[in-house]
Order: sequence, then C-alpha cells, then structure tokens
Amino acid sequence: MATLSPTIAIKDVRPGRGGAGVRPPAGGGGDGPEGGGFSDYGARLRRARLGLIVGLTSVLMIFVGFTSALIFRQGVPTLDERTGQYIHDWLQVNLPIPLLLVNTFILLVSSVTMELARRQVTRQAALAPVRSIPGVSVGDERGFPWLYVTVVLGLGFLAGQWMAWRELADRGFSVATSPSSSFVYLLTGTHAVHLAGGLVALIYSSAAALLHKPVEARRIAVDVTGWYWHVMAFLWIYLFALLWFTR
Amino acid sequence: MATTAALHAHAPQGFIRKYIFSLDHKVIGLQYYFLALVAVFVGMALSLLMRIHMIWPTAVLPLIGEIKPETYLSLLTMHGTIMVFFVLTTAPQGGFGNYFLPIQIGAPDMAFPVLNMLSFWTTFVGFVVLIAAFFVSGGAPLHGWTGYTPLSALPSAGPGEQLGADLWITSIAIFCIASLMGALNFITTTLDLRAKGMSMMRMPLTCWAWFITAILGLLAFGVLLSAGILLLLDRNLGTSFYVPLVVVNGQIMAHKGGSPLLWQHLFWFFGHPEVYIAILPGMGVASQILSTFSRKPIFGYKAMVYAIMAIGLLGFMVWGHHMFMSGMSPYSAFAFSVMTMAIGVPSAIKTFNWLGTLYKGRIRFQTPMLFAIGFVSMFVSGGLSGPFLAQPVLDIPLHDTAFVVAHFHLIMGVAAIFGIFAATYYWFPKMFGRMMNETLGKVHFFATLIGTYCIFMPMHYLGLAAQPRRYSQFTEVAYLHRLIPLNEFITYVAIITVAAQFIFLFNLFWSMKKGAKASDNPWEATTLEWSTATPPPHDNFGGHTPVVNHGPYEYNVPGAPRDYIMQTDPVTAEAH
Repeated sequence: MATLSPTIAIKDVRPGRGGAGVRPPAGGGGDGPEGGGFSDYGARLRRARLGLIVGLTSVLMIFVGFTSALIFRQGVPTLDERTGQYIHDWLQVNLPIPLLLVNTFILLVSSVTMELARRQVTRQAALAPVRSIPGVSVGDERGFPWLYVTVVLGLGFLAGQWMAWRELADRGFSVATSPSSSFVYLLTGTHAVHLAGGLVALIYSSAAALLHKPVEARRIAVDVTGWYWHVMAFLWIYLFALLWFTR
Repeated sequence: MATTAALHAHAPQGFIRKYIFSLDHKVIGLQYYFLALVAVFVGMALSLLMRIHMIWPTAVLPLIGEIKPETYLSLLTMHGTIMVFFVLTTAPQGGFGNYFLPIQIGAPDMAFPVLNMLSFWTTFVGFVVLIAAFFVSGGAPLHGWTGYTPLSALPSAGPGEQLGADLWITSIAIFCIASLMGALNFITTTLDLRAKGMSMMRMPLTCWAWFITAILGLLAFGVLLSAGILLLLDRNLGTSFYVPLVVVNGQIMAHKGGSPLLWQHLFWFFGHPEVYIAILPGMGVASQILSTFSRKPIFGYKAMVYAIMAIGLLGFMVWGHHMFMSGMSPYSAFAFSVMTMAIGVPSAIKTFNWLGTLYKGRIRFQTPMLFAIGFVSMFVSGGLSGPFLAQPVLDIPLHDTAFVVAHFHLIMGVAAIFGIFAATYYWFPKMFGRMMNETLGKVHFFATLIGTYCIFMPMHYLGLAAQPRRYSQFTEVAYLHRLIPLNEFITYVAIITVAAQFIFLFNLFWSMKKGAKASDNPWEATTLEWSTATPPPHDNFGGHTPVVNHGPYEYNVPGAPRDYIMQTDPVTAEAH
C-alpha cells in the first residue's frame, strides 16, 4: 500500500489543450475568485503560466529596446565644442563591484528559496484532495516559511541596489554625468521596478496563506511568481554582465 | 439546468459592476469602441481645423480665434496621436477583438478578465492624459505623432514642448502598458480557450488577424515604452540619449552627444508594426464579410493565414524605410527597400484572394459588404503608392510632401476606418439585437467612399507638385499658388465628408433604440457568434459549450440543405 509522504511526486493535472476541447472554468475566466473543482485549477495554472510567458516576452522587449539603445549610444561620436573634434563621451563608470556582487548573491539565494517555496506549495496543493478525505492525515503541511524568506531577501536586494546607487553618486556618477552612467541607473532602476512587482505578488501570495485562500489558488500565484522571480534573477545577471562589459 | 443557473448567477447585477468596471469582455469591447468613437470625432475635428487653416491661414474662427503656426503643429500632433493610438489601435483590436474573439473561438470570456478590465481603464487614463495636454500652459506639443527628437526632447523648443510634451509621452507610455496587457490576454485566450473542435486552422480569419496583431503589439509596444522612458529622462533628468549639442534661441543646452537617430530607430521599430496593428484586423473583417456576402468560401484560407503571418513578420524588418532621409548607408537603405517591397507579395496574395472570393459569388450588396469592398478598394489605392515610396531614390523627393500624406491616409487611415465601419454594420445586430438602417448605411457608404477619394487622391498630385507637408502656411508661396484651388476643393470635400459621418452617428444610436429586431443570424453566416443568442448572454453560449465541426467559411457546399453550414452544425449536415 502506498504511503503518502511530503516528497511524493505528482505531476500537474493537464486535462488537455485548448484545441483538444477543454471546458474553461465556469464563471468566465481564470482570475476570478470562483473556481470549480481540482481540474479547473489545473487549467487555470496552465493558462496563468502561458500568460506569464507572453507577459515576460513584453518585459524582455523593453530590455531589448534598452540594450539596443545602449549599444547604439555607445558607438555615437560627439562633437567637442572646444576642439571641434569628434570624441567619444562614454566615461568609464566606476561600478561598486563588491556591493553588486553581494546583491547578486542575495538575489540568487532568493531564487533558490523561491524555488523551495514553489515546490512546497505544489506539494501542498497536490495533497489537498487527499487531506479533504475525512480521517486521512498526511501530517503537518506547514514547512519552513520559504516564501517569507524570499520576500526578505528580495527586499534585501532592493536595499542593496539602493546602496549601490548611493555609492555611485558618492563616486561622482549621477544620472546625467555620462551616457554610461545614465544606462547604469536606467537598467538597474527598471530591473528594480520589475523585481518590486514580483515582490508585491509574493506579498500577495503570503497574505493569501494568512487569509486561508484555497491552497490550489495560492499554488497558482506562487508558481507564476516563482517563474517570474527566476527570470528576474537571470535578467539581473545579464544586465550586470552588460554593464560590466560596456562600462 | 443547474449549470446554466449557476452561470447566470455569476452575471453582475449592480450598475457599476455591470457597465463601468465590468469583467465581461463584451462590455469591455463596447467601452473600447465608444472610447474610440469619441476619439475619432475629436481627431476629425482637429483635421478640419487644419484643412481650414491651410486655405484660409488668417481666418478668425469662432471660439478658437486665429490658428497660429504653433497651434497648427499642435493640431497636427494631436490629430495623428489620437487617430493612430486611440482610434486605429483601439477600435479594431480593443473594441471588436475583445467583443468577438472569445465568442468566435467558443470561449465564455477572455483568459484574464480582471486584466482585461485593467487594460481598458488604463487606455482610458491614457486618453484623458493626452487630451489634458490641450489645457495645460503652453498647450499641446508640436513634435508630430512621431515625436522626433531633439524637438520633442527640449522643453525650450516651443510653447507646446513644456508640460504638454511630458503629458504626451506619459500618455503614450500608459497606452503601451495597456496594449501590452491587452496583447497578453488576446494571445493567451486564442491559444488556451478555444472550444472543442476549434483547431487553429478552423478559426475565422478575424481571429487570426487579432492573434497576429496581438503578437505584433506584444513585441512592438515594449520597445516604444523603452524609447518613451529614455525621452522622459532626457527631458527631465538631463540625460543625453537623444539630444546632441544643440543651441536653442542662442543658448547652448546642457545636453551633449545624444543621437536623434536613436529615437527614430526605436520609434519606427514600433511605428511600422503599428501600421499593421491598425490594418490587420480590418483585413480579417474584410475576409469574413466578403466570404459571407458572396456566399462563397474565402478563396485560399491557408494562404490568407500565411499572408497575415508574413505581413506581421516582414513588418518588423522594414522600419528603416521611414528613415531614408536620415542619411543612412545606401546599403542599409537598399536592404530596407527590398524588404519593404517584399511586403507587396503577401499583400497581393490577400488582395487577389479577396477578388477570387468575389468572383462568381452571389453577392449581397448590403452595407457591411459595401464597406468591406470599400476596404479592399482603399487598400489597393493606398497600397499601390507603397512600392514608389519604398524606393529611396523616389522617397527622398516625395518624403516631405503631401504624397506621403495621401499614401498613409488611404492605406492606414481610411482603409482601417472602412474596416471599422464594415465591422460595425456587420456585428451591430449581434451587439445590440437590432439592425442598422440600410438606406442610411448606403448613403453613409457612398458619401464616405467618394469623399475620402476626393480628399486623398488629389494629394498625390499635390505631392508630386512639391507641396510640402507639415507646413502651416503656404498660400503666399509663389510656386504653390496654382495648387490653392485644389487645396480649397479638398477642404470643401473634407467638410462634407465629416458632415456625412453624422449620418453614421445618427444611424448608430437611432438603430440601438428603433432599429428592426435582429434574428440570431441575420446575415446567414457560419461562425460561432451567429449560433448564440442576440445579444449574447453573459457567458456567451447560455451555459452550454459549443462544439465545432466545420471550417469557418462553408458556404454553398454541394449537397447541404441550405447555402451555408454553421461551424456548430453536426458533422452529418452535408449528407442531409
């Protein structure tokens, strides 16, 4: 007889693809509070993930735009009004590298804790139908609060980025000092805004647990935010490398 | 039926949840439509003021007074911005796409209804912010809908370039965010919510057009948003992304080293796909209507689908043809030119397929059909000047003339507007449960068709005769004297054509209340929206799920009991 343990591997419920004929959930759509049974949550999760992929494409296009602007702007010579010569005005930015490395480390650790939180809630959601059977106990479903740890680490990263801005300003690089410093502020700032959006979603997910929302609904929120968080971590590594190589 | 009762119980009852902050894609679609309707009348009024100013530059107009050159540039900027963003992007995609995409694929709503509501209200805020630019100190911006730098980046460059320009950029950025949310919803809905049997290749061409348009929007608006953020930083934080060393009114600006061409590249990387964002839904609607009213399957369905994809793909590779004047390398210009002319191929495939659909059809000349034919006519007339302008050697003399104004108004403006009109007359019975008046519709069609041709066809000639565009005043210029009568003619026709639009407006609102009752399928069409009640219930299909057994355009199938087979008809319908 099989025993249920927290490490049980249960795949996502996939009732089928759109073209193959799935009845979408009742009540018209995915993000309403109402939902039917377990299978509806499977369809909603799939739809939310698809929406996330599409949404991330648009976010990445914003950074594609910035990257091409950076490469273009770096190559444009400018007229020096004193000498009448064309010069390059791309000053080398003195980046606070140790601080940024610490921030990168914090973000990567938060990505790991996020993944642990995502797997934890996936397990809880998978066991939810079993727990609803009277008399069946699968043990304590509450584990380590990975979600809260991720929120704290995310806030730590944002605080670290703020300190990096202060450090840059102390070293004499303001937004308008040189196009190179403009891009440092622009790219870190835009990334921070997107990460803050992820933080809001995380805080919502944590609050959902406190508000006793169904575990399946929480699972969707945590799952989608988790993937978003990983992409933001990779995006930061890309941006850090870009700023390093073009400084 | 219990499920039906449960579904109907979900329909919100209060006025605010039902009509203002509704999650129902049908209500949101109508909200988009009416927003675009308000916007189009504002935009049209601005264009009339411009036409009047062109021929009577010193006229003192009631309420407005004399139009100064900078006011003319503000009118030009706001006309273009309102029309491109809040009419041509908003009505065909946000309006009809929202209303009919879920119904045509057999879904109860969009994939993310809350996001859908947010995208409408974000668009609305964008519109309010844009209109606010008229009322702030200095007035609306002068830099045209393309917002070329450094003019758009320097608050000291002109009266409208202060707060007005900031509002303009903010409005565009808000619109970008709204469009990205909308595109996300459209793509997810199309991929994930199709009913049983509705394979991609059974989708009506309207759905294909909305789907590809959403992909274009997803890729293009992000880049415009990034460009707009850079512009706001240049304006407000003293960065130099776009602004080179520049002297304004004898004063050296603090900026240095930026490149105006960077803006042009980023803007047109968005701007050219935007042209297709405006026109693709019209192509979908024209295909749908031509097939229905010719009582024939659309000619070459698969070719139509691949042509939409090809246009979408090529649309991202041709932005440089807007920049032939910028001194780009002749090799780049050559590449952009060849890619641009290549778009003629899928466009011609579509045009010939439309003609093939009409050929030997039993055509019903009702108002939607007239506007669909008008769409094809405008698309061809406007499209044929495209290959001229695609060649750098011809574009350089023609670029800053009225020739270009004629070209893009016919193909992007009027053709897309004809698509919107065709869709309005076609889907009105489904949306409001009543028919629009046919006589008024036909009067409106012929007045608009003849009017727009009389306005824009002579502009080609004006352009060839070197009448510059964007100039506020040219009546005193000697070599343009002989063109004044033609300009007067255009202005008179413009006044008449604008007046004719009130026939449409009257017909629209009068028919909502007094039109003849519409049946569920008044056009004897085949797609899913015609298989549900008129107007559709809250969950679109009244608690049951449609099952699709047929392609979207099965007209005149041999052996069928009537001359059309609906997509939901049983498989055995042919054998009856």
